[in-house]
Amino acid sequence: MKVKMWGVRGSIPAPGPHTVRHGGNTTCIEVRTDADNLIILDAGTGIFPLAQTLLAHLPVTANIFITHTHWDHIQGLPFFVPLYIPGNTVCIHGAYDLVAMKGIEQVMDVQMQYSYFPIREAELRAGIKYETLTVGAPVVVGDATVTPVLLNHPVPNLGYRVACNGRAIFFTGDHEPLGNIYTPDDSEYANYQAIIDHRHVELDAALGQLDLLICDTAYTLAEYPAKTGWGHGTFDHAMDMAKRIGAKRLICTHHEPTRGDDELEKVFAEALSRHPQLDCEVMLAREGLEILL
Amino acid sequence: MPQLTLELERRLTTAVERMPAFPKSVQVILEMTRDINCLPRNLVGVIEKDPVMTVKILRVINSAYYGLPNKITSVGQSVVYLGINTIKNLALSFAAVGILPRFNTTGFDIQRYLLHSLSVASLARLLCEKYARSEVDPGDCYIAGLLHDFGKVVFAQFMVGEFMKALAITIDHGKPLFEAEIEVIGADHAFVGALLAKKWKFAEPLVNCIRDHHDAAAEPSAMLDCLRMADAICRKHAFGDAGNPWREEELAALPTRFGDDIEVVIATLGDLQKIVNDAQAFAQIGTEK
Repeated sequence: MKVKMWGVRGSIPAPGPHTVRHGGNTTCIEVRTDADNLIILDAGTGIFPLAQTLLAHLPVTANIFITHTHWDHIQGLPFFVPLYIPGNTVCIHGAYDLVAMKGIEQVMDVQMQYSYFPIREAELRAGIKYETLTVGAPVVVGDATVTPVLLNHPVPNLGYRVACNGRAIFFTGDHEPLGNIYTPDDSEYANYQAIIDHRHVELDAALGQLDLLICDTAYTLAEYPAKTGWGHGTFDHAMDMAKRIGAKRLICTHHEPTRGDDELEKVFAEALSRHPQLDCEVMLAREGLEILL
Repeated sequence: MPQLTLELERRLTTAVERMPAFPKSVQVILEMTRDINCLPRNLVGVIEKDPVMTVKILRVINSAYYGLPNKITSVGQSVVYLGINTIKNLALSFAAVGILPRFNTTGFDIQRYLLHSLSVASLARLLCEKYARSEVDPGDCYIAGLLHDFGKVVFAQFMVGEFMKALAITIDHGKPLFEAEIEVIGADHAFVGALLAKKWKFAEPLVNCIRDHHDAAAEPSAMLDCLRMADAICRKHAFGDAGNPWREEELAALPTRFGDDIEVVIATLGDLQKIVNDAQAFAQIGTEK
């Protein structure tokens, strides 16, 4: 399997001189299976440069897995050029929206409304399929399987485990470690904590045996108290998780849009120094980073 | 065994999706959520007092798309899995449906129904903590108490003519409501409540508890014991009447785990006034009982 990062920024694109080294595009990851099947994790603005590379080898068959439908994970979707070319096949997978009571088929229909985009979803020429996923039910893509895992964010967020010929990667999308909504003196605290502890066991089991973990590390430890409940984790959370589940490699992503390259490298180094016992390779995500598994 | 036509079953199942919630929770949720920093625990505290909101949240999270390994049986557990923002937005969407009127044309009093459901829920939780902690989760007993009579609101909202007739029979002939419901509708509120709960993939012990709460010959369980005892205490102290205009004087035999003296059990539970006050405040009932 080959993994390539095309968008590593969280929330909003952050182009400019301060983000040249790591990149300003929002979330998009290309995964090529051993048999060269194309899996795309999220469709942030990073999907646009990825799309340019695909045009040289038509027709395109792509399976796009959306972790959740917040803008930074879908805003490149209408600019995924293969959608406009007859003969291409694109399958978009994602979660059921509990509040709208609609499946992932609503994603582009909503984005491409008249007021916001000049082309209607119905005018796209590729063969487009939508697959609303069931949590925990694997989807076969050629020689790989993709299994959605429900994680913690202000909207249901599916992390994806991609497994191919004995290798496995996991991308969290946006995820904040679970926290207790009660304080220790509330009578409900212990019961709620027991549910959280049980949930952690379930999640750790779903993330076992990973060759690569790509994890949301939007915040630093110092920033987190002011950002609790916003749906993102810290470098330290990710490193703790990687250690707990025994991941072989960890890529830290979803970089905070106001954090320039120098600052990003500084806070990353500080977090690493707090985890000297970490027995895995850890790196910062940057556009163009490729990992061969 | 009561029978419902498939058409009626389908009609009731879809009707509940359009069922409005209780006035107090709608009002408080709309107020609370104007503040971006509203505390999750306060929001959960309101949602879990409303049987309609609770039913709708459990229905959504137990749906096939979130095929979770274990059934979700409480609002708090739903927050752990879905996050507070999704629960908040679900609650807002339920609030947008409107509010249940205090009386509809059947004359069924939903405030007294709510007072009863909330009191039974809190007492069932308390009884579980004291008498059955090792056998069942107190939170599950709370939900069983909150939802045991849910079928009545469904009848009152969606089978107006039939339910009005059943209520009249209870008064005219001194019959328990569930018997009158079977006579008129072909099924009682326990059967219909359980049928809906099963359709929505609620946990099996909860479904059984709703189904069996009037069945003296039902297979006993810790949850059913706590529910029945809580119901008995509420009747004794007249904490709401579940909308029944007539009730039998004599209680069925109490579950044996509690001994044979209801007053002794009540004494072990401490001061019940807070439970009553909280339930009254939420049901928006002043000092009447």
